[in-house]
Amino acid sequence: MTSISPLLAPAKGVVSHDQPSAASALESLLAIRFFEEAVDGLFARGLMHGTMHLSIGQEAVATGVCAALRKTDFITSTHRGHSHCIAKGADLTRMMAELLAKQTGYCRGRGGSMHIADVETGNLGANGIVAGGIPIAAGAALAQKMKGNDNVVVSFFGDGATNEGAFHEAMNLAAIWDLPVIFVCENNKYGMSNSTEFSMRIENIAERAASYGFEGVTVDGNDVDEVFQAAAAAVEKARGGKGPTLIECVTYRHKGHSKSDKNLYRTKEEIEDWKTKDPIGRFEHKAIEAGALNQDQVDAITEKMRDAVRTAITEASSAPDSDPAELLASVYREAGK
Amino acid sequence: MTERIITYAEAIREAIGQAMETDENVFMLGEDIGIYGGAFGVSGDLYQRFGKERILDTPISELGIVGAAVGAALVGMKPIVEIQFSDFTAQAMDQIVNQAAKIHFMLGGELSVPMVLRAPSGSGTGAAAQHSQSLETWFAHVPGLKVVMPSSPYEAKGLLLAALDDPNPVIVLEHKLLYKTSGHVPEEQYRIPIGTSNKVRDGRALTIVASGVMVSRSLEAAETLSGMGIEVEVIDVRSLSPLDMAPINESVKKTGKVMLVQEAPKHVGFMAEVAARIAEGDALYHLTEPVRRLCGMDVPIPYAPQLEKSVVPQLDDIVAAAVEVNRGI
Ligand SMILES: Cc1ncc(C[n+]2csc(CCOP(=O)(O)OP(=O)(O)O)c2C)c(N)n1
Ligand SMILES: [Mg+2]
Repeated sequence: MTSISPLLAPAKGVVSHDQPSAASALESLLAIRFFEEAVDGLFARGLMHGTMHLSIGQEAVATGVCAALRKTDFITSTHRGHSHCIAKGADLTRMMAELLAKQTGYCRGRGGSMHIADVETGNLGANGIVAGGIPIAAGAALAQKMKGNDNVVVSFFGDGATNEGAFHEAMNLAAIWDLPVIFVCENNKYGMSNSTEFSMRIENIAERAASYGFEGVTVDGNDVDEVFQAAAAAVEKARGGKGPTLIECVTYRHKGHSKSDKNLYRTKEEIEDWKTKDPIGRFEHKAIEAGALNQDQVDAITEKMRDAVRTAITEASSAPDSDPAELLASVYREAGK
Repeated sequence: MTERIITYAEAIREAIGQAMETDENVFMLGEDIGIYGGAFGVSGDLYQRFGKERILDTPISELGIVGAAVGAALVGMKPIVEIQFSDFTAQAMDQIVNQAAKIHFMLGGELSVPMVLRAPSGSGTGAAAQHSQSLETWFAHVPGLKVVMPSSPYEAKGLLLAALDDPNPVIVLEHKLLYKTSGHVPEEQYRIPIGTSNKVRDGRALTIVASGVMVSRSLEAAETLSGMGIEVEVIDVRSLSPLDMAPINESVKKTGKVMLVQEAPKHVGFMAEVAARIAEGDALYHLTEPVRRLCGMDVPIPYAPQLEKSVVPQLDDIVAAAVEVNRGI
């Protein structure tokens, strides 16, 4: 068992200005980064199987959004879902175990990186289908409304996903039913090899909300504070029964799309330029400037998160491999269970 | 003359390139087929050779892409759609099933949809349940669609060129594990008629019927079985729709024993159709053993390598099952 401390909303609205919220956000940012660097390494050494989509460079989005959520709120995630899972509070050991195809993994080794779900923390699942989770989020939000509680649902998805019909249908349903759902678009400039300039004619993805009659905002997705503020406002609106919001978080993935990407569609300069806007360095700098954290505290959190990921690997590695014997009995849930 | 050896992916690319050179109405559309060269490297340098007007890289919009292909085909073009994984045909199913398949019939025969839809199919890459399915039966069940599953580089080129000649929508399901396999492929254009089955190995002990990657796996098994003194005949069902039963029935009459191998789940799988057709004809009277189906388990494809292997017939499973059928139990 090893997970980040629960993300905390700041007392005065700015995550990096407040000691407890800054410390927890930094844990989240670093846990995501170290977890993904570790799996990248395991993959390179042939110890991990399949393929994998890393969100290195995009950690501020999941962190800022989840800081505005409660444990009872839900999320739907994507093929690039490690960050959402960790920020919502998942156990790093069980995530690592899933990636290492272990019986103790979140999906018993059946799902792998692309399908991790942690029901305990409200994560309804990563998704191998681009835009597949967006209508599901609307449905989960519909259920919250029907049950009369004030939970909200966040749907994470990429820029590319907004070219799928599923995105547009879900947006419209959420609008006409005033659903407590927040659509969070991680605009990392590319859907696989296709840039947003290539794949759409609009400047900002947030503009798409207007055609469904609700608000869309664009924020700097590499700034935890900006992401949090937009998310907190959208969550408050959704909890209050005032319907959905689309938040476009502009960010960048440092690594290739997946394991087979040769990065032919973008330049080294562009990648290097975005690395200078790395969300983690920026956040540490802001928190230290504001006096919320000092360098010793930052170092201590860094060490703690390195340890957490190391522990996750050690614990997961010693777990039993997933078991083929139980597959046939696992397709349907037994009635009454 | 030495045989020219190229990969399955290269054979497909060559067929597309030659078709585009011969017919200006042929074009290709799909996700990441441009500069990226396709998720499985099939389109490769076609983008550099033919340019972005004819190698149309698209946004992530499967329904829109297939619909656009249907529309273009209706009015005289010959689109080749690449769907990045066959699983994502689910997004485009309205255009495939309700539109492309039916337009010729439903609208009285004036129009038709000469579209080719290619998609990588099958498991074996650790990509889990939403990227590993074998969905051929979905398409084969829809009148109006033709469905082929090339089993080798040679088949891939010949079937694709035949598909491009066909005035109807043809679904070409390419197996992911075959893309990097090599074989003899003639440089010139040739066609393999859609609607034919193909005997790929002679034998008297029993008949194995398979499609796609299961053909090469069965041929490999046949070598092992041969070492055990069991000579199996192997029939490649390269075309699921239309289905050519003649070589299968002929073989069954000779061997009296038949094993049907498929990667897809057993329940309502394509090989159930083959079994039913054997039973409907006089080949039935030649069977000395019940028909045996060796299929994928009725489960989604799992991620873990040991799990994934356990749900789909592997080489050893084919050998073991063939030994059983041959022995007669
Ligand atoms: C329906 C569907 N189409 C295509 C794919 C293949 N694919 C997986 S991720 C991806 C790019 C997604 O881009 P975006 O939504 O921007 O998310 P990002 O990968 O940038 O996080 C593509 C094309 C898929 N998984 N599902
Ligand atoms: Mg993207």
